[in-house]
Amino acid sequence: MRHLLNPLDFSVEEITRLLDLAGDIEHNLPKYAHVCDGKKLATLFYEPSTRTRLSFEAAMLNLGGSVLGFASADSSSAAKGESVADTIRIISCYADICAMRHPKEGAPLVASQFSSIPVINAGDGGHQHPTQTLTDLLTIRNLKGRLDNLTVGLCGDLKFGRTVHSLIEALVRYTGIRFVLISPQELKVPGYIRTDVLDKNHVEYKEVDNLDEAMPELDILYMTRVQKERFFNEEDYIRLKDSYILDRQKMKLAKEDMYVLHPLPRVNEISVEVDKDPRAAYFRQAQYGVYARMALIMTLLEVEKPC
Amino acid sequence: MLNISGIKDGIVLDHIAAGKSLDIYYHLGLDKLDCEVAIIKNAKSSKMGRKDIIKIAGNLDNLDLDVLGYIDHNITVNIIADGVIAEKKSLKLPKKIVNVIHCKNPRCITSIEQELPHVFKLADEATKTYRCLYCEEKYGK
Repeated sequence: MRHLLNPLDFSVEEITRLLDLAGDIEHNLPKYAHVCDGKKLATLFYEPSTRTRLSFEAAMLNLGGSVLGFASADSSSAAKGESVADTIRIISCYADICAMRHPKEGAPLVASQFSSIPVINAGDGGHQHPTQTLTDLLTIRNLKGRLDNLTVGLCGDLKFGRTVHSLIEALVRYTGIRFVLISPQELKVPGYIRTDVLDKNHVEYKEVDNLDEAMPELDILYMTRVQKERFFNEEDYIRLKDSYILDRQKMKLAKEDMYVLHPLPRVNEISVEVDKDPRAAYFRQAQYGVYARMALIMTLLEVEKPC
Repeated sequence: MLNISGIKDGIVLDHIAAGKSLDIYYHLGLDKLDCEVAIIKNAKSSKMGRKDIIKIAGNLDNLDLDVLGYIDHNITVNIIADGVIAEKKSLKLPKKIVNVIHCKNPRCITSIEQELPHVFKLADEATKTYRCLYCEEKYGK
């Protein structure tokens, strides 16, 4: 029995197989409508996350399965003080697979140690969010046709953004990847990402604080939100906030085949005028997220691909 | 000066930093064993000035000494058989340590689930970096 707790739990070959399956699902959705008939997905969301939860539920429903679960800790037995270990033992009796989101880091790992069904980490604190990474990889591969030989710009809050860290860790396994890390000084990627991930894998990268200057060289721009509360002083925030808002003017500086991704929710870091640009891929990314999760559920449940 | 007799079969942990022997006594779980244990504190040492020594008598095949590599790799482990030193064990950094150090990350699941063991894995031998099994936060002393 396999779980997915960390984006690196799958080898590059396994990721390729999973993305191939997701690609086939995208183009032949009706073929998969009953592959999980009679199977149940439990969504154990100890903190609210409408988007991720609904994406998981849509994925299971698309496969013919059904869903059960809770959407906040208040409506679960955690409110009565039940441990993660006890909860997952019980849920293992009710469902065939589960997706867990928890505010505490490592909770899905604890669940996997006591579970008799596959556990999917649907986000644990600021730690990991592997299905977002699968979604990002699928989106990039579908848009660019490859996951190697790309210049990937990551912009905004690179210090606290777990999706950014996971994506870097996943992409360094492909050849010819180059990163442009665009952020204010205060929100640069943590030291361990530079030393343990980028330097260790001899990956080319540069750290800059100006999005305009970086735009022309990018194949992918992965936007994240810069939150005011992350700054140490208001002066810096006012100085830098607009430079990380993507608008039509900045898009003019980009290649014709550059694509913009965002893990969502978007607040104001991408101007709505960019939504109409064919290179704005963040809503398609959400759709790909459903296909990626469908492929993941099938893989973990060891469901045969239909003919 | 105290006189503690030698042991016939067992283990002598020598060159323990002065004052650390009781910590080691508990980390090795010696309080849970029924063997004879002598703890010598603040013994004179030409190398260290003062040191602690622990002598444990009996068959201790199941004693996990790896944790000593994490606590203090300068500790000397002498295996005693028939009253003489049969083997000097070299200490390595353990791949995994359980309930020796505790995760300080307030976002870690161990911060709210008290019964979970605090498990750390060796992430980088060269830099002696240990990371929490659950949240992967680096342990800082």
